[in-house]
Amino acid sequence: MAQRYSALLALLFASLMLSQAPAHADGLEDVVKRGVLKVAVPQDFPPFGSVGPDMKPRGLDVDTARLLADQLKVKLELTPVNSTNRIPFLTTGKVDLVISSLGKNPEREKVIDFSSAYAPFYLAVFGPPDADIKGLDDLKGKTISVTRGAIEDIELSKVAPEGATIKRFEDNNSTIAAYLAGQVDLIASGNVVMVAISERNPKRVPALKVKLKDSPVYVGVNKNEPALLDKVNQILATAKTDGALEKNARTWLKEPLPADL
Amino acid sequence: MSYQFDFIPVVQNTDLLLRGALFTLELTAIGAVLGVGLGIVGALVRAWNIRPFSAIFGVYVELIRNTPFLVQLFFIFFGLPSLGVQISEWQAAVLAMVINLGAYSTEIIRAGIQAIPRGQLEAAAALAMSRFEAFRHVVLLPALGKVWPALSSQIIIVMLGSAVCSQIATEELSFAANFIQSRNFRAFETYALTTLLYLCMALLIRQLLNWIGRRYIARSSQ
Repeated sequence: MAQRYSALLALLFASLMLSQAPAHADGLEDVVKRGVLKVAVPQDFPPFGSVGPDMKPRGLDVDTARLLADQLKVKLELTPVNSTNRIPFLTTGKVDLVISSLGKNPEREKVIDFSSAYAPFYLAVFGPPDADIKGLDDLKGKTISVTRGAIEDIELSKVAPEGATIKRFEDNNSTIAAYLAGQVDLIASGNVVMVAISERNPKRVPALKVKLKDSPVYVGVNKNEPALLDKVNQILATAKTDGALEKNARTWLKEPLPADL
Repeated sequence: MSYQFDFIPVVQNTDLLLRGALFTLELTAIGAVLGVGLGIVGALVRAWNIRPFSAIFGVYVELIRNTPFLVQLFFIFFGLPSLGVQISEWQAAVLAMVINLGAYSTEIIRAGIQAIPRGQLEAAAALAMSRFEAFRHVVLLPALGKVWPALSSQIIIVMLGSAVCSQIATEELSFAANFIQSRNFRAFETYALTTLLYLCMALLIRQLLNWIGRRYIARSSQ
């Protein structure tokens, strides 16, 4: 009886060991063999990832994941993640890729690899499309609303010329309301916020005037996966030339893909 | 307690705080003068039931006294531009303070006016005082004298309420405090210093108003 019990345990243990197969040197092979691409996407950060009224995930990151899966000719399996667990999900092998409005910085580069950028994400000064503002100097004599303490506030305060008036509001909503009410000429914020404005108030869609801080989004790939990383970059490069990335940017971010992406 | 108190970054920004305090005082001065002026007009109209203005002022008073100051401020700053009225943030702040103080002082001063016995006016007429003189010496100044403490308190309340105007980026004391705190993250020290400044300003204004009351109001009232 004890023998059978321990045999059963050994079998269980062995099967567990086998299912945790040793990490292949080639994640790309795994994906193709499996027939499924597992991607981590955001669930609560529109327009990158959110849940639609039909309870299905939608967003720019979701569409990019779908593009990659289609090009690899495999099925797509989405895993919702948040800012805290998106990188651990990748490094522990729960997903093959992270497509979650991921920005590149040195700390993250130590842990994972980044593909080429697939969408813009930046802080800038925005204003009416017909306003003639090409650079920081043109901000002289203008009023700009910004949310106090946000990164846009810090960056703008560093570079704004003498004669530009910065009006700091307590929160994002007041900053936006001040711009839409015409109390200020320009607004300093993120391009994602501009999408939200354009959805609510299509008549006063702000256009990009002066970039403050550029941080485009990349696909996150595990370290030591050169084949997978190359394939992802290849697909993104093709998508750039044939307009798929541009279509994504226009649909979700309501703006064209920047030339310097 | 692991929090390390560090007043140095805040003390370095004292000039910002003082500039904010000065702006608060300016807002309060203009707001108080215009607000009490509006209150006097309103009080007279209501006390003597001058139709149709009495009803108009009645609606205005009830509207302002029963809604939050922040909402009134946002309506003026964010709402008016959509009706075509373009005003800057300090103009919106002053306007909101005047409208707010006007409503409360209308009721305060009206109480004072209604406490003047009718006999006083009749006595003034008997003494061949012109209507204007009678009004000034027999009605207005005594009424103000009666309600001066309540009126001073209301003015201080409106001064402290000007802190709310930081929400529309008016650069008064609270805005300065929020700005400093957002840069050096020393919330306790910043707000402790700001509280002290508000306290000093309130006590100063109260003394000033008491002095005005004694010198100009109580003396003329009998």
